Amino acid sequence: MGSMIISLEHYLLLSSILFFIGLYGVIVRKNLLMLFFATEIMLNAVNVGLVAISNYYGDLTGQMFAFFIIAIAASEVAIGLGLLVIWFKRHNTVDLDSLQSMKG
Amino acid sequence: MFETIAFYTFAFLIISSFLVVVTSKNALYSMSALASGMIFISGLFFLLNADFLGVVQLIVYTGAVIALYAFAMIFFDTAKNVIEVNSKKMIFLLTSISAILVVFIMTAPINSDAIQALYPIHQGVGNTQDVGMVLFTKYLVPFELAAVMLLVAMIGGILMAGKKMDMLSDIEETK
Repeated sequence: MGSMIISLEHYLLLSSILFFIGLYGVIVRKNLLMLFFATEIMLNAVNVGLVAISNYYGDLTGQMFAFFIIAIAASEVAIGLGLLVIWFKRHNTVDLDSLQSMKG
Repeated sequence: MFETIAFYTFAFLIISSFLVVVTSKNALYSMSALASGMIFISGLFFLLNADFLGVVQLIVYTGAVIALYAFAMIFFDTAKNVIEVNSKKMIFLLTSISAILVVFIMTAPINSDAIQALYPIHQGVGNTQDVGMVLFTKYLVPFELAAVMLLVAMIGGILMAGKKMDMLSDIEETK
């Protein structure tokens, strides 16, 4: 049953899978609100990796960084949603293509 | 054994709920799936002996961030959502970035065998106490900066989503 023990690689693999799900969302989505959701997924994926390394190496630094990433994510959401509300009030859409003002 | 079962259960639940987030056409489904994914991630944190961070994840993400999204979605028209037709170029870009990143992520632990813990986790001390000791001695300045940043973000959010927009639209109409 030695192979049943969960190692650091398991967590890193899960973290990278979650990161790619978020990256897929960022690349494919056209709705700005959905882009925010995908960004949250990427931030969370990095947090999982940091906390796993913190546990397996016995170092608290990873948890500290995850803590600050959570703080940054919270302020990013507050500012980003404020800007998004302004944009929606002006243009009546949250589509990514509406941000393009210069038609090339 | 318990840890193995819990890890695979949480991993499956997190991946499936986040896949719903990025593939669903309905913003409301996406938001609910995001909330559930965040809660499952906090379960992963508890599994990794990071109790404090797990509770912070529950409070900040599922408590504050998702509530903020829910309130913001009152403004938006959530009925129509477009998902872009993914072209061949996008698929190529995504797979190449993924391949490079996987190589980096999986080879990083091999290179760091001689790593020294900067702030080691103490045995027999609770995680919250440990985190508090490091946070309020070694990371005090970044902590205070984060507090100021959150205050600025709060004021900015209130100002931008507040009633100032009526004045702005008046200015635009008179132009």
